Amino acid sequence: MSRRLALASLTAAAVVSFSVSAFNQARVPGAEYDADFPNEKPGPAPRRDLSGIWEPARGPGDSIQATGAKNMPDTGRPEHALPFTPAGLKANLANKPAWGPRAVASALSNDPQPTCEPQGWPRIILHNYRTAQIVQTPKQVLILYLFNRKWRNIWTDGRANPKVDDVLEPRWWGYSVGRWQDDHTFVAETVGMDERTWLDNVGRPHSWEARVEERYVRRDAVHIDVTITIDDPTYYSKPWVALDRLPLRLQRDTFDIREMECSPSEFARYTKEFAEPAAGVQSTAPR
Amino acid sequence: MRHALTALCVAAGVLAGPVPALAHHGAATFDTGKELVVEGTVTEWVWSNPHCFLKFEVKEQNGTVRNWVVETSNPPDMVNRGWTRRSFKAGDRVTVTVEPVKSGNPVGRLLQAAFPDGRILSARGPVAPAALGEGAPRR
Repeated sequence: MSRRLALASLTAAAVVSFSVSAFNQARVPGAEYDADFPNEKPGPAPRRDLSGIWEPARGPGDSIQATGAKNMPDTGRPEHALPFTPAGLKANLANKPAWGPRAVASALSNDPQPTCEPQGWPRIILHNYRTAQIVQTPKQVLILYLFNRKWRNIWTDGRANPKVDDVLEPRWWGYSVGRWQDDHTFVAETVGMDERTWLDNVGRPHSWEARVEERYVRRDAVHIDVTITIDDPTYYSKPWVALDRLPLRLQRDTFDIREMECSPSEFARYTKEFAEPAAGVQSTAPR
Repeated sequence: MRHALTALCVAAGVLAGPVPALAHHGAATFDTGKELVVEGTVTEWVWSNPHCFLKFEVKEQNGTVRNWVVETSNPPDMVNRGWTRRSFKAGDRVTVTVEPVKSGNPVGRLLQAAFPDGRILSARGPVAPAALGEGAPRR
């Protein structure tokens, strides 16, 4: 009996081993991710260090947030109702998303992002939080995002936290200042985001007075937990948490970050040859 | 069967859920959960953002030709699934499982493509299995 069991176990192990091996060989180099696994015991967190290439720890698809910010998706359920002010509600209704309960056909949406307008901060991580590389210099934290191949900088040179009036001109990516609260917690604040940008994929709006807090907790050697809080008294009656301790996992330093660029000409072709036939409409606008 | 729109409506609910990778180009137009199986000949495989799409023609039983277009996710997601810009070439015979649009137009999402030699390209499920890396030491 025990011999039969051992044989069965060996066979199963060989099958699994072969399958994993064959699967890996079928993949293009650079497309493999390190993900969490059971009973893992990561080492201790390094001091004041976010640098590296990061991917959602539960897998590359974990933070593709089609129906709105992961912690507050647009489900229509009371627990996901945002605390809109009357002005915020009006701004929300003016946005016509292609996803969520208020979805219209993508060809009829006024979502600025698919046409390659900059989606800005914080939508880049409240919509498609994909691979991100963090680089630390003596005076800045730089974050390089796979999605749309964008980057942003957070000042860490000791300057004061930003006020809305610090920024005279709207910026797609805002003006960001960060500091270490302790050896493992980095907190940045961003103001000055252009009001044309949406907060997420279902058209949640923000005003000029919006302030976004991003909090990174280096939990251990291979994890960061990310929390995003939106504070916009013009459009929301109280701050709300858009990402709640989303775990990211460190990837190997040879991980090849791919391109996911928004090309206007490719988008125009996609719209003409796919999106419009899908919606049963035809644009008369020149392309 | 050959040269014909086979058009099987497979039971709704076969899909495990929404396709998470197709994140930024609306779900409103699709007949979510419905599947059609369509056999035809590839005319073009467009490898581009925001989504790749496959164009193929299907000969109807009455002899007319219907031109289909079906989308996948974006190039990096498809690379993660093992697809490439050379996954199809014009003239390939394919049997395509599609989540169609509600309008009845020959448009939809590509769920799976099968070739006559038995090869199958799948676009179902997560972008890449979370268990793939499992934190194990790399080669």
